[in-house]
Amino acid sequence: MSETREAATGHDGDLAPGEERLDGSGVAQGVRGYLIGLLLAAGLTAASFYLCFSGLIYGPAIPAALIALAVAQMGVHLVFFLHLTTGPDNTNNALALAFGVLIVTLLIGGSLWIMANLNHNMLPMQRIMDMQR
Amino acid sequence: MTAANPADSNAVAELGLEGGAAPGRGAGGPSAKRVYVGYGFWIFILSDMVLFSAFFAAYAVLAEATAGGPAGRQLFDLTSVAWETACLLLSSFACGLASLAAASRSALWFHVAMAVAFVLGAAFLGLELKEFAGLASAGDGPQRSAFLSAFFTLVGCHGLHIAAGLLWLLTMMAQVMAKGFRADIQRRILCFTLFWHALDIVWVAIFTVVYLLGKAP
Repeated sequence: MSETREAATGHDGDLAPGEERLDGSGVAQGVRGYLIGLLLAAGLTAASFYLCFSGLIYGPAIPAALIALAVAQMGVHLVFFLHLTTGPDNTNNALALAFGVLIVTLLIGGSLWIMANLNHNMLPMQRIMDMQR
Repeated sequence: MTAANPADSNAVAELGLEGGAAPGRGAGGPSAKRVYVGYGFWIFILSDMVLFSAFFAAYAVLAEATAGGPAGRQLFDLTSVAWETACLLLSSFACGLASLAAASRSALWFHVAMAVAFVLGAAFLGLELKEFAGLASAGDGPQRSAFLSAFFTLVGCHGLHIAAGLLWLLTMMAQVMAKGFRADIQRRILCFTLFWHALDIVWVAIFTVVYLLGKAP
């Protein structure tokens, strides 16, 4: 039963998603990775909360800044917590993620686009109600 | 256990599992079981992200549809959201440490890290339920407006995932206690850590899109 585990932690073949290839001092290196991820994620979260109210940046640019910080934090989580790399042992995992990101982008972007268009072309609600009188 | 039973090792050789030499790029045999179990669960998580993205799209479209009722600006308490964020991030971190403990087969550290992850996750869920109960008792429940329906669906769906994850976390602690770090238990731990980290990623999107953008001047 332990063969499969040894096979998976050997140095050939693919890595399971979320799995890290640790060389040398395994645990210490692993803990270091998680600590770096925690610090980066906490820093980005604090920056989001701070930027929102500090008046540090131009008001209308706040949504763009917040979304950029969120995407950066998701990247930190993927790299340091889920151990996703672009190495050959992660090709399948990265490609599946890329496909997921494509679908998510189409779904959210498409919905917002279509609904903004519909809103733009719809009569104001007050006029619809007036017409129904 | 290796090669104790010749029939076993033959089966392993036939399946091409002995070296794990399956680069997944057209060469070698089937991958090791840990790799394809994890990959299958990864596909599930990505499809779960597609589910959440539909709720995010609905929320973004309906965020202004308050039907004359309160908007996010009046309802959200960012102090509580900041505590929730801290709890979930630290819970995710503890879960990562638990996966390291599982890899080095240290039952004590595994149980300590998982217990910390559970307490922090439960604190997150408690804060969220407190917020929901406050909104509902003030008459701002999901039936108040399209905005609040979308809000409760999106944030509540994440909360349900967290509740299921907490049950799964306790199950994994019990299984390690009863069965030890067997290969199948290790695969379940791998899937659980994927699930828990992915929920933290969804929360990053929620606190940005729902709470901070809802509250932003």
